[in-house]
Amino acid sequence: MNELLRPAASWELQSMIDKIAVHKLPIEVIGHGSLRGMGRPPQPGVVISTASLRGVSLYEPSELVMSARAGTPLLEIEAELAANGQMLAFEPMDLGPATGGPAGAQTIGGVFATNLSGSRRISAGAARDQLLGAVAVNGRGELFKSGGRVMKNVTGYDVARGLTGSWGTLAVLTEVTFKVMPLPESVVTLLYTGLPDDLAVELLTAAMGSPFDVSGAAHIPKRAAARLSHPRLKAMGDSFTAIRLENFVASVGERKGKLKEALKIYGSPFEFGPDESHGFWTDLRYLNIMPFSGDTSLWRISTTPSKAPEIVAAIEKFMPVTAFYDWSGGLVWMEVPAAADAGSADVRRAVAVRGGHATLVRAAADVRQSVDIFEPMRPEIDRLTRGLKSAFDPLHLLNPGRMYAHI
Amino acid sequence: MTLLRLPEPDAGVIGRRGLITDGLARLVGRDCLILDEDGRRAYETDALTAYRRVPLLVVLPRTTEDVSKVLRYCHENKLKVVPRGAGTSLCGGALPGEDTVVVCVSKMNRVLEIDYVNRIARVEAGITNLAISGKAAEKDYFYAPDPSSQLACTLAGNLAMNSGGAHGLKYGVTTNNVLGLKMVLIDGTVAEFGGGHLDAAGYDFLSLIVGSEGQFGIITEATVRILKKAEGARPMLIGFNSSESAGACVSGIIGAGIIPVAIEFMDKPAIHVCEAFAKAGYPLDVEALLIVEVEGSDAEIESLLGRVAAIARKFDPKSIEISKDAEQSAQIWAGRKSAFGAIGRISDYYCMDGTIPLGQLPNVLTQISQICARFGLKVANIFHAGDGNLHPLVLYDANNPEESLNAERAGAEILELCVKVGGCLTGEHGVGIEKRDLMPVQFSPIDLAVQMRIKSVFDPHWLLNSAKVFPLEIGAAAHASEQVA
Repeated sequence: MNELLRPAASWELQSMIDKIAVHKLPIEVIGHGSLRGMGRPPQPGVVISTASLRGVSLYEPSELVMSARAGTPLLEIEAELAANGQMLAFEPMDLGPATGGPAGAQTIGGVFATNLSGSRRISAGAARDQLLGAVAVNGRGELFKSGGRVMKNVTGYDVARGLTGSWGTLAVLTEVTFKVMPLPESVVTLLYTGLPDDLAVELLTAAMGSPFDVSGAAHIPKRAAARLSHPRLKAMGDSFTAIRLENFVASVGERKGKLKEALKIYGSPFEFGPDESHGFWTDLRYLNIMPFSGDTSLWRISTTPSKAPEIVAAIEKFMPVTAFYDWSGGLVWMEVPAAADAGSADVRRAVAVRGGHATLVRAAADVRQSVDIFEPMRPEIDRLTRGLKSAFDPLHLLNPGRMYAHI
Repeated sequence: MTLLRLPEPDAGVIGRRGLITDGLARLVGRDCLILDEDGRRAYETDALTAYRRVPLLVVLPRTTEDVSKVLRYCHENKLKVVPRGAGTSLCGGALPGEDTVVVCVSKMNRVLEIDYVNRIARVEAGITNLAISGKAAEKDYFYAPDPSSQLACTLAGNLAMNSGGAHGLKYGVTTNNVLGLKMVLIDGTVAEFGGGHLDAAGYDFLSLIVGSEGQFGIITEATVRILKKAEGARPMLIGFNSSESAGACVSGIIGAGIIPVAIEFMDKPAIHVCEAFAKAGYPLDVEALLIVEVEGSDAEIESLLGRVAAIARKFDPKSIEISKDAEQSAQIWAGRKSAFGAIGRISDYYCMDGTIPLGQLPNVLTQISQICARFGLKVANIFHAGDGNLHPLVLYDANNPEESLNAERAGAEILELCVKVGGCLTGEHGVGIEKRDLMPVQFSPIDLAVQMRIKSVFDPHWLLNSAKVFPLEIGAAAHASEQVA
């Protein structure tokens, strides 16, 4: 086990990085470690956890803004927001359980460092879109800030947002400031059954093209639907195409009727009210329908919605897959049989010719060591990526090799 | 206004003008170049008109390949480049130098593809902001960010400055609405970031590039998100006796879980000038006015505006008026949108663009009045209350050099105040040259170093839109140390 350091203040984190820099030891950066099973395996060295950097430092519900130290548990933040009728609109996903880690152990820093947004991303934006500011320590041991606590801010480069999705390879976040939104007064989910993937995505994109602020658009084909936690859905043995509306009670009622009318050629949906809706979308948010297993690898494919069914069909020619679609088709979660390359060659080819990119979310450690986790980069992007890494972390101390072998 | 120092032009470069002209003409054809002095003079400034420099020459490329050839040439010959869209920057973001090549993308203005199924539009970056919505309107779609200059400003400029608009509270600003970019790097390399999908792979370069003020490369194409128009929209006017009440009302609305598409605030001087100009029907006996707009079906609008009115009544409003019809709605917005023009009719003005936490509004407005009074100047305030973006318009006489200087000094103090209360120097206009020297008020030397290193990753020789964003000395030192490294 590598040495575990838990700085309780940003100056402490700085001095740790300074000392480690002398020995040029690789640092594995974690929050509570819920995602240690994802990405390339860490190199032996030191582990720095932000878990002791904890607490909400600013919350102004009427300004829709919150600041929290990076190691603050997400559950704590969501509880405080809910107590004020608010939420993180991007519905952060918890990939812990699906990758062999603990459930509910995310930190707010980890949420932004990985930029993993859930179903509401299609209407409310991603984690990156809600981030207003950050304080961080880079691999040079420098404490810096970017952005601030106000909604609109174009003062200097958007470095804070640029750190989202960098998996701790550029800097260790110590504090994040983000936008929050009101919880909707009411929720309804329309569920259509029996649609093949291509028709389902057609329905989902049609719903997104309506003026009714659809806040969730997912298709769960039969095989994946059998794993839904709702007993009735599980028992039906069918596919489900789900559209979520969230708004004031009167609006939800009105919009639901109009949407059903507009989509009537796809059949007649049944409805879930607030409680059942919550259960359904929670299954997606925590990836309950793609649970951890050593027998399968898990891919996350981001593409243009209407291309998604083709991509799934193309991969299915080479291997059995269990997949479902979120973001009206723009996000595909796909389980494939565990193999030496996790099906990488076929998955990447299917995506490359249709546009988008694929991320290997779950695979055995030796596979993650040898197969590209993130989409391989074109030379000009690779050059800029290396440049950015050097600008922030010239000694390659922070999570070296976590995203790409050479970064 | 001439408080800001501009770098001395390189006489050597100016002396080689003929050679450079021939070199570029060989690459892109002479018809893509503007060489005559009158022609070049059209590019000497932007909407910060106090500063003017006639550029060495202007290139109007037609394709990404043209841009690539021009940048490669400039890189090889160490020529400074200023990217330009429509030149509507309020912060001097497109100001050239006498030794710079201006690359203006305004001829690259085609819609390349609109994909309504996937709700994306691929366009050339020189297209105007409004033209995207104009094209998408054929299917009742629109491109959300709507800066006031949207009729003229280009998407390229919006991308460079991460432009906002009045509807950012609901729809976000430019960075939230861009999925992909094609950008030419300074050495001529054409790089693509993101695409037609919702999250880009690898590092979030889109975040860094949008808002980088033309210092990382020249964007030639973009894929933007388009959205279906709401069924309808309607504004209401709420007048108050004090800015405190107006601010508290905004808090009350948002605290009740209502996110209007726009909440605009105007103080008394702004109300009077706009009303005189646009006859918008604004109440004249109030100290502060809110324009609150919501979207949806008629029934939804009715219900939402009813809720807003009920909240407003708790804050002692002097008047509440819900727009009766489309005509009145248009009039209400015409008043607000004509604000800058209307004020410009009665006086020269210096438009500031700080952002503040909403709770600080009354305090900041009081202090702004005091600052301006100290310099003997009048001020009108317009505020995107939903997102904290404050536009004080400092009135002055441009023909009076002393007053011009005072306006600039008052402006700097106002922005320092915005930072002091927890806000920032610029919410949507950008830093450019205008706020360059104030950057150390908001950022530590290390904060700035972190930013400048990113600049050096994209543009190691600092040829692209240099002398902007960072104070000259700090920028020059960072650039020099990068050269040694």
